[in-house]
Amino acid sequence: MNLTLKIWRQSNAKEQGKMVDYKIANVSPDMSFLEMLDVLNNELIEKGDDPVAFDHDCREGICGMCSLFINGEAHGPDRGITTCQLHMRKFKDGDTIYIEPFRAKAFPVIKDLVVDRTAFDKIQHAGGFISVNTSGNTQDANAIPVPKHDADRAFDAATCIGCGACVATCKNSSAMLFVSAKVSQFALLPQGKVEAADRVLNMVAEMDALGFGNCTNTGACEVECPKGISLENIARMNREYLKASLK
Amino acid sequence: MKLDSKIPQGPLDKKWSEYKNHIKLVNPANKRNIDVIVVGTGLAGGSAAATLAELGYNVKAFCYQDSPRRAHSIAAQGGINASKNYQGDGDSVYRLFYDTVKGGDYRAREANVYRLAEVSENIIDQCVAQGVPFAREYGGLLDNRSFGGVQVSRTFYAKGQTGQQLLLGAYSAMNRQIGRGKIQMYNRHEMLDIVLVDGKARGIIARNLINGEIERHSAHAVVICTGGYGNVFFLSTNAMGSNVTAAWKAHKRGAYFANPCYTQIHPTCIPVTGDHQSKLTLMSESLRNDGRIWVPAKMEDAVAIREGRLKPTQIAEEDRDYYLERRYPSFGNLVPRDVASRAAKERCDAGYGVNATGEAVYLDFASAIERYGKEQARIHHMDENDAKLVYKLGRDVVENKYGNLFQMYEKIVDEDPYTTPMMIYPAVHYTMGGLWVDYNLMSTIEGCYVLGEANFSDHGANRLGASALMQGLADGYFVLPYTIGDYLANDIRTGAIPTDLPEFDAAEKNVRGMIDHLISNNGTHSVDYFHKKLGKIMWDKVGMARNAKGLTEAMAEIAQLREEFYKDVKVSGTNESFNQELEKALRVADYLELGELFAKDALHREESCGGHFREEHQTEDGEAKRDDENFAYVAAWEYKGNPSEAVLHKEDLVYENIKLVTRSYK
Repeated sequence: MNLTLKIWRQSNAKEQGKMVDYKIANVSPDMSFLEMLDVLNNELIEKGDDPVAFDHDCREGICGMCSLFINGEAHGPDRGITTCQLHMRKFKDGDTIYIEPFRAKAFPVIKDLVVDRTAFDKIQHAGGFISVNTSGNTQDANAIPVPKHDADRAFDAATCIGCGACVATCKNSSAMLFVSAKVSQFALLPQGKVEAADRVLNMVAEMDALGFGNCTNTGACEVECPKGISLENIARMNREYLKASLK
Repeated sequence: MKLDSKIPQGPLDKKWSEYKNHIKLVNPANKRNIDVIVVGTGLAGGSAAATLAELGYNVKAFCYQDSPRRAHSIAAQGGINASKNYQGDGDSVYRLFYDTVKGGDYRAREANVYRLAEVSENIIDQCVAQGVPFAREYGGLLDNRSFGGVQVSRTFYAKGQTGQQLLLGAYSAMNRQIGRGKIQMYNRHEMLDIVLVDGKARGIIARNLINGEIERHSAHAVVICTGGYGNVFFLSTNAMGSNVTAAWKAHKRGAYFANPCYTQIHPTCIPVTGDHQSKLTLMSESLRNDGRIWVPAKMEDAVAIREGRLKPTQIAEEDRDYYLERRYPSFGNLVPRDVASRAAKERCDAGYGVNATGEAVYLDFASAIERYGKEQARIHHMDENDAKLVYKLGRDVVENKYGNLFQMYEKIVDEDPYTTPMMIYPAVHYTMGGLWVDYNLMSTIEGCYVLGEANFSDHGANRLGASALMQGLADGYFVLPYTIGDYLANDIRTGAIPTDLPEFDAAEKNVRGMIDHLISNNGTHSVDYFHKKLGKIMWDKVGMARNAKGLTEAMAEIAQLREEFYKDVKVSGTNESFNQELEKALRVADYLELGELFAKDALHREESCGGHFREEHQTEDGEAKRDDENFAYVAAWEYKGNPSEAVLHKEDLVYENIKLVTRSYK
């Protein structure tokens, strides 16, 4: 396949960025999207040009490091996958592909397609944990039975990889899906219920302070989430929040 | 220097508790005056950083990713072992200990492994308290499953994402301490050297990956938790950024590197498709519970498949060679990883491989689908001779068990694994070797501790499934927090370590010199060009089967390639910016040294054991032949300026509780 790539180039957080055109030839449909960018970068390096910076690490869809807005969609056209799991067979010979960073006020660009998502960590610092010491001197793991249904739903919420696709997709740059996933995981487990009220209040306050927008229920985040985190989590967080506010 | 493993005296099952009762403690007020650096935030580093901070030490934690949550422990799929015996199937601390030593082909330290088995139960308690959502049964209690090489169900799991859930547990414990200010977190930072003052580890030099600043960080101890070095092969299941740099720099400053040749090649990975390939993807070991592995029995069929003239489903049952079931009737498809990998290579080398490259075998679920389908039909009183119905029912069962893995396979390969067998081939997955540590997890540099995959200690020559997660968390939550106190108790009056000491100057100068060289080199080839070449040498000559000739050649070729690298590598950009090429160049430079030591270690070990297979040392039917008389020791290498000149130090492995026997899975 021969393709035209239109890629966002920005040398650092302070400089203005712009879209730049690149041609790439002989792309194999078996390549992953990021391998296609590897090939482009190797060509750029050998020509003496600056390669395109993009975040990636595990390349198997679990670490959450890769991002990219591809043709206007977080993690590209396919569903239920991250950019590193996207393969070139989803594109046709002669296609033009637009590649941009995840854009949000709370995710400033570091370089080209790399953005700073430490705001997500900061929300977690505000309450994304259960306050138990790591001494191991807790009670036996089977001392409190947890209904399988609750454990499974907690697990589903906990599979969030923190990539930020929800924020990048949301027209309000809201982090509600991300925050609600963590709030839900703990709210559904007996171990997490003890400090559930403080947790939801603190995490939401931090989310607001960091400049994420509010939720207007468009549901776009759920569609683009590579892990299928459900909107139900937002509803659950709203209930938790209301409950905590009335205490 | 003589290696002293510092294993406590006394009976095996009392060593750890007795030892803990008598080591020095640091009181809470003094802990506030002591700094500890933790490099890496995977299961070992994350759990260590959180626990040390909770105890009251001032922790500085470093990771190269944009968040500690992304460390590669997150990709572990299958599960974590613990000797809880919740299933009442006869498990015990002793059995977990025994299975691990045997699985490691009798090349691990008894006392360390026993301690690991002992604390395994605490890990599960701890993780549940932290809100890790393990799989549960309908009664609300924890579920278990079974893994290769053992006869009990002791593996706790969270679907196919156990590593993710455990890591997020450790990450949440870290977040609590970051929020309190007890951990200072440095994301997007890479450790580029360790600083020794009066022979003790007192700090590191790190590069801020965003702006290229070279930073000095001091502490009273340095804890290295930076994982394994599988990426020396270029292609592996490791993350792209996984690297040996922190461990290698410590090695160059005096930490001995132990058993570098012990590498685990995982049998079930998706095969390579072409030169563009950047990494390999693992398909969980759990698939071997139901999948049957085969290649065509007839050479002409194998050729026809490779040329696309024949499909696997067209090959009759009697023309298939289920070679694991044929060679190992009692363990069949569930032999340990090293055995399964070598058997696949043997068939492919003999010309029976099934994809275009000739390097793949089939993992077939057709008989599992039929078996489950018939069972379901009987349960629901349906017609078990209705092939269509049976297929549908069976497919549902298989989808329930392995759906996410099948989907992953389909996305990558673009073939439906329900209707056509999966193609798999072994790939580099885990490194059992690493920096040598004593019972306290301290390396041969005083005050430099090494945890998790980065150390050599617990898995011998082959790691069992679901044991890596156990070791990472055991080291970080339950071992280091005790042992480091014994060392730091001597530092309560030391005060903060200044960073303007000449030792910091020298280390920083060293780092800057290396970076300047790479940036201003202006050669002709990218970093990947050299990394791929290194990977090819490693895979061809230091891979699944090794011989003296190949290893000798590999050492010379790697040394040659290293020279070329320094002459001809091209690194674009500057140091003072976000520069991913420079990051890669610094990592590959270290792999080019480690690779040679790796080959040297493999050459010296004139036996086959676990993941290390020497063609000269095999039985008549091609099984590994261990030599306990001459090689029952840990090979710890001392750096002497060039990997080929490294000096060997031996730590004899003494087995007081287990009798050494030949592993047999026939």
